[in-house]
Amino acid sequence: MVADGTVSAAPIETDAIIIGAGPIGLFAVFELGLVDIKAHVIDILGKPGGQCAELYPEKPIYDIPGLPIVTGQGLTDALMAQIKPFGATFHLGQRVDALQKMDDGRFQVVTDAGTHFLAKMVVIAAGGGSFTPKRPPLAGIEAYEGTSIFYSVRRMDDFKDSDVLVVGGGDSALDWTLNLQPIANNLTLLHRRDDFRGAPHSVEQMRALVRDKKIALLIGQMAALEGNNGALTAVTIKTKDGDVRHPCNRLLPFFGLTMKLGPVANWGLNLQENLVPVDTEKFETSTPGIFAIGDINWYPGKLKLILSGFHEAALMSQAAHRIVYPGKKLLFQYTTSSSSLQKKLGVS
Amino acid sequence: MPRITFIQPDGTEQVVEGQVGATVMETARQHMIEGIEAECGGACACATCHVYVDEAWREKVGGPSEMEEDMLDFAFDVRPVSRLSCQIKVTADLDGLVVRVPEKQF
Ligand SMILES: Cc1cc2nc3c(=O)[nH]c(=O)nc-3n(C[C@H](O)[C@H](O)[C@H](O)COP(=O)(O)OP(=O)(O)OC[C@H]3O[C@@H](n4cnc5c(N)ncnc54)[C@H](O)[C@@H]3O)c2cc1C
Ligand code: FES
Repeated sequence: MVADGTVSAAPIETDAIIIGAGPIGLFAVFELGLVDIKAHVIDILGKPGGQCAELYPEKPIYDIPGLPIVTGQGLTDALMAQIKPFGATFHLGQRVDALQKMDDGRFQVVTDAGTHFLAKMVVIAAGGGSFTPKRPPLAGIEAYEGTSIFYSVRRMDDFKDSDVLVVGGGDSALDWTLNLQPIANNLTLLHRRDDFRGAPHSVEQMRALVRDKKIALLIGQMAALEGNNGALTAVTIKTKDGDVRHPCNRLLPFFGLTMKLGPVANWGLNLQENLVPVDTEKFETSTPGIFAIGDINWYPGKLKLILSGFHEAALMSQAAHRIVYPGKKLLFQYTTSSSSLQKKLGVS
Repeated sequence: MPRITFIQPDGTEQVVEGQVGATVMETARQHMIEGIEAECGGACACATCHVYVDEAWREKVGGPSEMEEDMLDFAFDVRPVSRLSCQIKVTADLDGLVVRVPEKQF
C-alpha cells in the first residue's frame, strides 16, 4: 500500500504469486512452469537468491544433489538460468504487506510500493522472513526512527541541508555518503576502523572528499543517542581517544540485514513458532489456495534444507495445477522424454 | 576435555566442557549460554556470536582472519579483544579459556 493507503488502480492479474525469490521461490517458478502456471515473483531484496545471495554469496554449499560444490551466488545464478524459459516477472525491492482472499476466490496481494495483484493461488516462499536492516542496540533508538534515523534513503529531500551522520564500512554507507554529500549541510562518515569493505572505487571517492574537506571521516563506534521528541541532536561516539559528542540531526546506520518474519504474521494463517504449518502432500496452509514452501513452513520432520524445499515445490505444483486448471488431468511426465515438457523448456 | 569459562555482562560465570574440534560458539550453544545467538549457525555471516577474549588468552587464541574482521563490522561495541566465537576452534591448548559475552548482540 502506498503512503495514503490506496492501491494501484489496475491490478496485475496472474495465475500465481510467489512471495520470496530465495532458492525455493525460484525453483517454484520452474515447477509451476512445467504445469503451465505463470508466476510473478516478489521480494523485498533488490536481487534474487534470498539467504544464498544476501548472507553467503561466496560460501560453498556441499549438499545440493548433483552439485558437489556450489556457492550461494552460483546456485542463484544457476537457478535463474534454469527458470528463464518460463518468463516469470520479478518485482524486486518490494515487500508484500497484504494478502487476502477475495469473494471470487482469487487472492489479492499488495506490496509496500502499491503494486496490486490478483492471483488464482499464492506460494509463500518467505524463508526466514523479510530481510530488514539491523537496528543498532542503542537505548531509545525507536523514538527517532523515521524522523531522524533512517535505515535506507527513500527520499533524498529528508537529508537536504541536514547534519548527516552515516555509519558503516560497506557499499551502502559509502554510496550514501557520496550521494548525500552534495545536498547535506554537512556529512560525517563513521566507521569502527579505517578500512572499508566497499568497492575500491567508492572508497577512493570517499577519501578524496575527506581530503577536500567536503566530508569528515571519524573512526569509532556509536555509544548513545541524544535528542527529544523524535528529533536527534547528537550521537556519543566512542573513539580511541575517549568519548566524543557529535552533533547531528540525521543518522543513517548501515549494519547489514537480518531476517524478521514481518507481514507474513498478519495474513490470517495459522502460525507455529513463526512458521507456517502445512500438509506434506500439497504443502498447503490453513487457507486453501495458499501454499508455503522452503524455510518458512513446518511439518513433522521438516528440515530447513534447500533440497527439501525443492521437493516441496514439485509437490505443491501438482496441487496448484488443480486450482489453476480445474478438471484438467495432469499427466506425469519426465523432462528427459516428454516432448511437451521440452517445448516448454525451449530445448526441442 | 578443555574447559571454557563464559562470563556474562553481570559477572555470572559458567564453566563448561568443550570438545576439541568444535567451535567456542558450538560449545556455548550446546550449554545454552545466554547471549550467544549465532543466527547463521557458524558461517561467519551474522556476527551474533561476538565475544571478548580475556586479555590473558588473547595471544593464544589469536586474532581474527580478514573475513572475520569484515564481519566484526556488524557487531556492536567491538574491542581489540573481540572475536566471533564460531571462528575459534577448541583445542587442548585452550583448556581454561575465558571469554566474555557482550552486553548486546546486534
Ligand atoms: C550461512 C548459511 C549457510 C547455509 N548453508 C546451507 C547448506 O549448505 N545447505 C542447505 O541446504 N541450506 C543451507 N542454508 C539454508 C538455506 O540457505 C535456506 O534453507 C534457504 O535459503 C531457504 O530458501 P527459501 O527460498 O525458503 O528462503 P530464503 O532464502 O530465506 O528467501 C526468502 C526470501 O523471501 C523474502 N521475503 C520474505 N517475506 C517477504 C515479504 N513479505 N515480501 C517480500 N519478500 C519477502 C526475503 O526477503 C527472502 O529474500 C544455509 C543458510 C545460511 C544462512
Ligand atoms: S554464528 Fe554467525 S558469525 Fe558466528
